[in-house]
Amino acid sequence: MTTNAAIDRRIIAATTGGLPLTPAPFAEVAGWLGLTEAVVIDRMAAMQAAGVIRRVAIAPNHYALGLVANGMSVWDVDDARAVDLGEQVGALDFVSHCYLRPRAKGWSYNLFAMVHGHSRDEVEGLRARIAVLLGPTCRASDILYSTRILKKTGLRLTEGGQ
Amino acid sequence: MSLRRTPVAPDALDATDRAILNRMQDGLPLCPHPFADLAQDLNLDEEALISRIKALREIGAITRFGPFYDAEAMGGAFCLCAMEVAAERFEDVVTLVNAHPEVAHNYERTHRLNMWFVLACERPDQIEQVAVRIEQETGLPVLRFPKEHEFFIGFRVHA
Repeated sequence: MTTNAAIDRRIIAATTGGLPLTPAPFAEVAGWLGLTEAVVIDRMAAMQAAGVIRRVAIAPNHYALGLVANGMSVWDVDDARAVDLGEQVGALDFVSHCYLRPRAKGWSYNLFAMVHGHSRDEVEGLRARIAVLLGPTCRASDILYSTRILKKTGLRLTEGGQ
Repeated sequence: MSLRRTPVAPDALDATDRAILNRMQDGLPLCPHPFADLAQDLNLDEEALISRIKALREIGAITRFGPFYDAEAMGGAFCLCAMEVAAERFEDVVTLVNAHPEVAHNYERTHRLNMWFVLACERPDQIEQVAVRIEQETGLPVLRFPKEHEFFIGFRVHA
């Protein structure tokens, strides 16, 4: 008997590159794997409920759609308020990634938020909006712009970053 | 296929294309005909909607259609790392760092910490092994910034 975990692994392997653009894409995936359409849909729904699949959607290319400027904004916020504030920052529609990370020697920032805009001026304005939202609980901040992509491989499992 | 990094011409997209781009970021239902409802809303048949999605992919407005998997929920381990690299050594260090297949992507950034990369491994203990090896090979500290908390993201590109 094939376990759900084994079926899930096969579905994941078949769809990390995407789904076919046809009216019944799950039936087509089922055909590739020798499964029924109902099993593919059931297992993908189960994975979505478990958080393994976030959603089935398009990934827009934000460069193509004009969001050509992006910066990694970093903030030193009070640990006691960090989760609450991070939730508010992550919910902003111009922030594509938002994490708490440990501080390090010479690095006091614990909240990271990737900000996207049409120009660097716009990104600076959006950064200022985050500063207003954080208020006095933020002790220091900076923003790091990428000047060069040194490597980008097909890490296709995570949401597209920049 | 390399990622397009320049904007498409403003007239490359019509209102229907923009509606498709906006609506399809939020996720389609898991059902036998996932495009049917959206097609009806846009007064298109399924084939016409799918043709438009293919065309958007052709011009590079869409990079992908399919499930977004949470890599960590699937068992992978990831860590953002940063290094301070002197300008005269930068290219040599890029070569040493990028030689590791676990380095998934790597960016030069405007900061004293000028090299930022993500390690992607199958197991958490491998992250530490690779980071230590990079420190030994380069003679430079590798700062580790594993994520401690990930926040729900409301980011959408408004087409």
